[in-house]
Amino acid sequence: MTPNDRKYTKEHEWLLIEGNTVKIGITDHAQDALGDIVFVELPAVDDTFAEGESFAVVESVKAVSQIYTSIGGTVIEINEELDATPELLNSDPYEAFIAVFRADEIDESELLTAEEYDAFVASEA
Amino acid sequence: MENLKKTPLYETHIALGGRMVDFGGWALPVQYSSIVEEHKAVRERVGLFDVSHMGEVMVEGKDAFEFIQRLVTNDITSMTPGRVRYSPVCYEDGGTVDDILVYKIEDDRYLLVINAGNTDKDYEWFAAHTFGDVRLENQSKGWAQLALQGPLFNEVLTAAGVEGTLPTKNYTFAESIKVAGVDCLVSVTGYTGEDGVELYCKAEDGARLHASLMAAGKEYGILPCGLGARDTLRFEAGMPLYGHELERDITPVEAGLGFAIKLKKENFIGLEALKAPKKRTRIGLRLVDKGIMREHAEVWADGRQIGHVTSGMPVPTLTGSYAMALIDVEYENCAEFTVVIRGRQLKAEQVAIPFYKKSK
Repeated sequence: MTPNDRKYTKEHEWLLIEGNTVKIGITDHAQDALGDIVFVELPAVDDTFAEGESFAVVESVKAVSQIYTSIGGTVIEINEELDATPELLNSDPYEAFIAVFRADEIDESELLTAEEYDAFVASEA
Repeated sequence: MENLKKTPLYETHIALGGRMVDFGGWALPVQYSSIVEEHKAVRERVGLFDVSHMGEVMVEGKDAFEFIQRLVTNDITSMTPGRVRYSPVCYEDGGTVDDILVYKIEDDRYLLVINAGNTDKDYEWFAAHTFGDVRLENQSKGWAQLALQGPLFNEVLTAAGVEGTLPTKNYTFAESIKVAGVDCLVSVTGYTGEDGVELYCKAEDGARLHASLMAAGKEYGILPCGLGARDTLRFEAGMPLYGHELERDITPVEAGLGFAIKLKKENFIGLEALKAPKKRTRIGLRLVDKGIMREHAEVWADGRQIGHVTSGMPVPTLTGSYAMALIDVEYENCAEFTVVIRGRQLKAEQVAIPFYKKSK
């Protein structure tokens, strides 16, 4: 089930928006496509990123995948658990966030609902 | 996927949930369940691979021995029927055409097993160097090939039912063995660093043999394994892969395959070039800093690039990031290197190849 408490992007990231903070992770479809995740290159707290910039790298045995932020802002928290246990992104993708941003501004118009995201994934298959 | 070549096992892969990818023009599964799980199955239990994409060329005739002897860098003089020998094949300048297995069936009959992506190129190269009584036949389409690898491979064969005497020594084979009722050439070879066999049968029998081995292996925890695990397993075991450690512009001497190059042999293609001192060499690296070394990453020492990573990936049996790299030979005894990953200079230490050796 794709949780409907959050928004999604066509790059297979999820964004959980609470006020001006945004928690970002990757979707179940993304983790499944990547396979066994073995390394996450996290940003540092206080790093700033513009909309559309890559802020993290997720590596599986076979693949390297850049993770993009669809909102500009400052990193206020990172999921340090991923340093030692990157496989949390496989086992629990909607709990295991990558980073939390304080957003400069939030424009949700480009983001997908859970239903729209599921339809997008189905159309890609 | 529509334009890709399919092995006789294509429907089997789809039915088993294989994630199909384009591998040098072939539709093959990169994984079924998980590369890590499939890798562990082979190290701890047993796994089954479809390697039917490999090419097979039959060489027959009174001059077959002399023809192969001139073609390969290894020496096949001491081979008796039922033996297999690994060898690079070189161009005159020492660059590598392919690395192959030579099966001696009879004194004037050999089967050459070659890399899938090189099949057409190899066949042309072979054909251009025939002489006297040598007949070549590209039989690649006629064969299915399965690799049954891992410590419990023998139990699975027994459970599947074997008629005939299985070969037991590494790099030997036997023909006309029935496995699960399918007529096979059984070869004690593999590409995983683990015990196991490779089974060659008629293309039309491949799916039936695969199904029988999967059923027989169920109680031993067999997993169907894809290209992903095949790569991580061969990588851990330090085996070169054509297109990575070996290439048109990389000699087998540089790739560290001296054991398969017999410079005392009277004559073979590439002999003169391979006698020259090598300029580059293959080494193993382990990343000290955090990250993962991948193919093409630059390797630095003394403030300049001195090589690059030819294969790099996380290895499931060990922890950390390992790589094989081709570097200037003057740095071959260096303990520490810098590897550039996404613009960052990370510290790596030299380690011995293979990274993994099976316990005896």
